[in-house]
Amino acid sequence: MELKEKLVSSFLAFETTVDTASGVHNIRTQAIKDFELYGFPTKKAEAWKYTSLNKVLKNDFSLFPKKEVAIEYKEVKKYFINDLDTYKIVFIDGKYSSHLSSTTHDKFDVCLMSSALTQNRFKAVVDVYYNTIAKQDGLVALNTAYAKEGAYIYLPKNIAADKPIEIVHFSTGAEAAMLLQPRNLIVVEDNSEVTIIERHQSLSENKTFTNSVTEIYAGKNAHLDYYKIQNDISNASLIDNTFTEQHDHSVASVHTFSFGGEITRNNLNFKQKGQGIDSILNGVTILEGKTHVDHNTLVEHTEPNCESHQDYKGIFDDKSVGVFNGKIIVDQIAQKTNAFQSNNNVLLSDKATVNSKPQLEIFADDVKCSHGCTIGQLDESALFYLKTRGIPEKEGRALLMYAFANNVLDSVKIPQLKTRINTLIAEKLGVSIGFDL
Amino acid sequence: MSKYTEDDLKKELETKEYEYGFYTDIESDTFPIGLNEDVIRAISAKKDEPEWLTAWRLDAFKVWSEMEEPEWANVKYEKPDFQAISYYSAPKKSDPNKTLDDVDPELLATFEKLGISLDEQKKLSGVAVDVVVDSVSVATTFKKTLAEKGIIFCSISEAVKDYPDLVKKYMGTVVPKTDNFYAALNSAVFTDGSFCYIPKGVRCPMELSTYFRINQGGTGQFERTLVIADKSSYVSYLEGCTAPSRDENQLHAAVVELIAMDDAEIKYSTVQNWFPGSAEGKGGVFNFVTKRGICEKNAKISWTQVETGSAVTWKYPSCILKGDNSVGEFYSIAVTNNYQQADTGTKMIHLGKNTKSTIISKGISAGKSQNSYRGLVQISPRAEHARNFSQCDSLLMGNECGAHTFPYIEAKNKSAQIEHEATTSKIGEDQIFYCNQRGIDTEKAIALIVNGFSKEVLNKLPMEFAVEAQKLLEISLEGSVG
Repeated sequence: MELKEKLVSSFLAFETTVDTASGVHNIRTQAIKDFELYGFPTKKAEAWKYTSLNKVLKNDFSLFPKKEVAIEYKEVKKYFINDLDTYKIVFIDGKYSSHLSSTTHDKFDVCLMSSALTQNRFKAVVDVYYNTIAKQDGLVALNTAYAKEGAYIYLPKNIAADKPIEIVHFSTGAEAAMLLQPRNLIVVEDNSEVTIIERHQSLSENKTFTNSVTEIYAGKNAHLDYYKIQNDISNASLIDNTFTEQHDHSVASVHTFSFGGEITRNNLNFKQKGQGIDSILNGVTILEGKTHVDHNTLVEHTEPNCESHQDYKGIFDDKSVGVFNGKIIVDQIAQKTNAFQSNNNVLLSDKATVNSKPQLEIFADDVKCSHGCTIGQLDESALFYLKTRGIPEKEGRALLMYAFANNVLDSVKIPQLKTRINTLIAEKLGVSIGFDL
Repeated sequence: MSKYTEDDLKKELETKEYEYGFYTDIESDTFPIGLNEDVIRAISAKKDEPEWLTAWRLDAFKVWSEMEEPEWANVKYEKPDFQAISYYSAPKKSDPNKTLDDVDPELLATFEKLGISLDEQKKLSGVAVDVVVDSVSVATTFKKTLAEKGIIFCSISEAVKDYPDLVKKYMGTVVPKTDNFYAALNSAVFTDGSFCYIPKGVRCPMELSTYFRINQGGTGQFERTLVIADKSSYVSYLEGCTAPSRDENQLHAAVVELIAMDDAEIKYSTVQNWFPGSAEGKGGVFNFVTKRGICEKNAKISWTQVETGSAVTWKYPSCILKGDNSVGEFYSIAVTNNYQQADTGTKMIHLGKNTKSTIISKGISAGKSQNSYRGLVQISPRAEHARNFSQCDSLLMGNECGAHTFPYIEAKNKSAQIEHEATTSKIGEDQIFYCNQRGIDTEKAIALIVNGFSKEVLNKLPMEFAVEAQKLLEISLEGSVG
């Protein structure tokens, strides 16, 4: 049976595990109909021209994990940012792990989507925001139909979260192939501030396919920093759909660090619904082996005097494939928009591929919009210079790559996280650089 | 340059027609509307074509009837009814001018402003002109001068008769007859076009030029151009297009194939000012063109285009850089005003080693128009040290128009170096103020600024065309500032 049919027919079974009396029931029922209509995207769709899911979809995924697996903290300690005090929401095979997590309801809510969807005290927020920001396509509809668990973060007005929030998804490989569909809702009300770090990690060689949807609402003057670390094993695929709605003078940034995974697709959508908004989309992608990472961004400027900045850097080795598909839409009334988009790539191997499609759709005349895209190599003369200074070739190359990605790395505001990312990159490049970058 | 009027053209046509007697036996003819195999056979018979070509056309028609009209372009229009078009129309011998009388005075004024004169061009600038009026080539000038050098420059129908080997060998090799919807349609029904062959080592001493016009209402223009530059030769080819004012939309689906053999160079320049439709967006020409060139070793193809006309433009002149060290260039200005829509750009396919390509695209949108750049740069795994530079700039005038950029960049070789940049801006108020201050009125100031914006491309045009193109820019933007 094909995965699509399996998912559609399993929906009834899924319904028995959730509360069908809640308002979410209608949303789910509609969503499964939408999914039946749209199905999975194919390469024929313009937005999926360079990424095929066929290889992933042919696996026989189990939809409901049969057993619960407990993990000891010491086994997974390395996947957390240890020297940083954070709130933690941890999921094992899609199920909440209370002993690894540390949540709060004090001043603001950092808890579970399952509670938010079922408990009355969250109803006011869920009714207003849940499933209103996400755009419905096949994958989002599928997630919505099966949405049950994920992170729920709510900051009321005038609150700055006292420490960052880590969202970590582990898959244990208890099943041969597992489909996970986390659903997150993050609401940051006016004048509030929060930082979130998200990570997906497989702990075994078994296949994992994650179809995640995150909805983010940023109220007036809200501040949001979202870091995504994608350094999974080569059997794990991830589709990350993130939708952000921003209001007057809010600043939202999403930083994506992609270092692994079989197929990773980031659908990043920003909708600006106010003035003086700044949206920042950054990414560093360093790939080797047969990994495939696709960044698909959309920024919609619908009101005057807003800005957006996109900066994506990619380094591709072996048979890896990098895709950048960025789009900026400036509506007719969105005068004085400043929108910038930049995509720089380095190819290290003849088998590696880069496909880039930076697009602008502009309907207003008094705007400054630009995009730039380059594909090239490391500067041989710079490398030679480093060699003459006694720095070995491998380290020299690594240094140049650090320099290449530096703009984006610099935008990481938490020092501990920055060190962690630097370490990850050093591991990736197989060097140990004995000084702090 | 003296003013050129329709009368001049009339006179010219009358005399030329008899001089060459190109179709003295043809009665008149606009075919009844509609398209089927019989119509294609009739076109083929009318043109006295060899059997292989009739079969070739029928093949293309067969494929075309199974194809669907493409919808991916960023343009909206009412699809033409292909059964409501007459696929062949030749000026009547007895009364060739009947349809010229109802020419819009606005268009005459445009002609006057441009100072276009086929005769003038010929005399003053040594341009050989192959005039295509309603699909049939009626006059070819300077044939003799060219023949001395061994250059063949004639209509494609003549070429089919006189040089069937060349035509058979090369036609459809760059743009296969089944390439896309409009190319297939063209392959099935093309009525005329130009053919050009430059022999080995010959540098064509003059700019070759074709002038297209659409006169008859309700006829489609399906011309086909084939330019072959043999080893180490050089040719510069100009193509200009105009269409009188017509209410209903007219369809123009052309195919241009360029073949540049080892060390050859082809420079292909287009100035297109087909009728863009009225200020209310009524009428206008649909311009769906497939242009492609192939470069062998060390060859170079350079496309330069100034697109100011047509209600809808859908055009991507491309280069296949097959040979090592070959070079492809694309310089484009696309101006849209009122309700015009343009979706244009290029494709650079790098196959050979050390291939280079340059793309400079300038889009100017005014009024309620939509202007899109769509381009592809593809580096194949074999293309070592390929180099591309692309720049697309858009200028927006007024807040009801749109400018869009859809670049596709695909690199599969690590030694590739690709740069792409795009900007969007408007004419600064300070710039206009500065001009005003120096006694230049706003309209003139805008023309000045637009000219400056387009300079990089205008510079690439042959001199005679550059002057015309500059004026065209001015005319197309007239009234776009209030």
